[in-house]
Amino acid sequence: MPITVQISNSLRYLDFKTSNSNFLSQSFLIICFNNKILNQIFYSDISSYLPQNSCTRNFVEKAQEMEKCNGVCFTNLSSNHPITCFMAFTTIMLFRVLYVIYRTGMPLGKRATPQSFSTLIVLGSGGHTAEMINLLLVLQKDRFTPRFYIAAATDNMSLQKALVLDNSFAASSGFKGISAEFMQIYRSREVGQSYVTSVWTTLVAIAHAFWLMIKIRPQVVLCNGPGTCIPLCVIAFFFKVAGIRWSSIFYVESIARVKRLSLSGLLLYKLRIADQFFVQWPQLQRKYPRAHYVGCLM
Amino acid sequence: MGETEDGMRPKKVVFVTVGTTCFDVLVKVVDSLEVKDELLGRGYPSLLIQMGRGSYLPTKSTGDDGSLAVDYFTFSSSIADHMSSASLVISHAGSGSIFETLRLGKPLIVVVNEDLMDNHQSELVEELAERKHLYCAHPQTLHQTIVGMDLKSLLPYSPGDATPVAKLLIRFLGFPED
Repeated sequence: MPITVQISNSLRYLDFKTSNSNFLSQSFLIICFNNKILNQIFYSDISSYLPQNSCTRNFVEKAQEMEKCNGVCFTNLSSNHPITCFMAFTTIMLFRVLYVIYRTGMPLGKRATPQSFSTLIVLGSGGHTAEMINLLLVLQKDRFTPRFYIAAATDNMSLQKALVLDNSFAASSGFKGISAEFMQIYRSREVGQSYVTSVWTTLVAIAHAFWLMIKIRPQVVLCNGPGTCIPLCVIAFFFKVAGIRWSSIFYVESIARVKRLSLSGLLLYKLRIADQFFVQWPQLQRKYPRAHYVGCLM
Repeated sequence: MGETEDGMRPKKVVFVTVGTTCFDVLVKVVDSLEVKDELLGRGYPSLLIQMGRGSYLPTKSTGDDGSLAVDYFTFSSSIADHMSSASLVISHAGSGSIFETLRLGKPLIVVVNEDLMDNHQSELVEELAERKHLYCAHPQTLHQTIVGMDLKSLLPYSPGDATPVAKLLIRFLGFPED
């Protein structure tokens, strides 16, 4: 039968736990430090480590006294605490994630609608940006204010186009003050980059995206682009789970995708991150029934 | 044959664009003698190449000796102008270039870049070629495509519309529909 010896953090006392007072009959001894097993010592070695039976009892009493004074408690229960907490936390998070997934895709309803939504617009590049601009042209700008435009750091054209576009909105509406901001983000994957190296670049992109998202905290996320939008959408989803900000994520699959979804599109569709998912070809809608077929944007 | 629609005969330019990509294979094919001869034979006296990030330089020619006039540049802010003044556009398969050309109502041959890792672009080109809005070619088949093309058979592309998306967005967010 083993005896457990717990050594406190400060190593000021030893705490013996045994149901059998006959100390000498124990076969071996387990020494724990902060609940981690340090060593198992066989009985033959105990004498070199500890005083004999009667002294040991004194030692235990003294230790218990110290425990009362210090208010430090090393019980069996305390060793379970972190695990219990972790289990509880995981369960709560799991239910929260399931709830968010369940709520994702459900219309917001009229009561919850504010005057306008802060909107994050993720610009892809080239054709993606052109499609997004076509969409922005038909949206009522006063309902999507303020607007935050994000483009890849390697893409200079898209933000310029968005700037020209947004200035024309501002000019036509006569809105004064800042209604739009323009930002750049690291790309998670360049066109032609291999999937293996894109793991690392995606991590960097996520860290940068996190910082931007904390600043923006959008209520609406509009994206149609390549990989740039993935970190942003994942963080938006995390904000939903954590209760930081509830956002509606809209994804428009590129017109270039006729038969198969893009990697970004597939992720947002399969993980149910996108609240509404639009495709521009009927073939795709047949393949992915939760998507909405909206016809060509270009 | 779709060569001279009017008697004015402005200089008919073939505009080749690769967008922001590097597509030397296309530039090389367009610069080849057989393609240049075919274009000249079809009544296009001038060829303008936007070569993007490519490194292959085509041979410039003024066309004074009755051959095809060839000029090139890497990037320009006036690509749209070149496109609208062209009589035929040969483009890479980027959706931006494709739809810009289609909206201008210009005859278009799209050449698919087979070197791209994730070659989803051919999906779009094949779909649009099936709908007779453009001709789809590969670098090796560009010459045959030019030989066999009948620009009269191409159908005009009616530009798309984003209002269905906007409507769904508005409804989802709970705004009153108007």
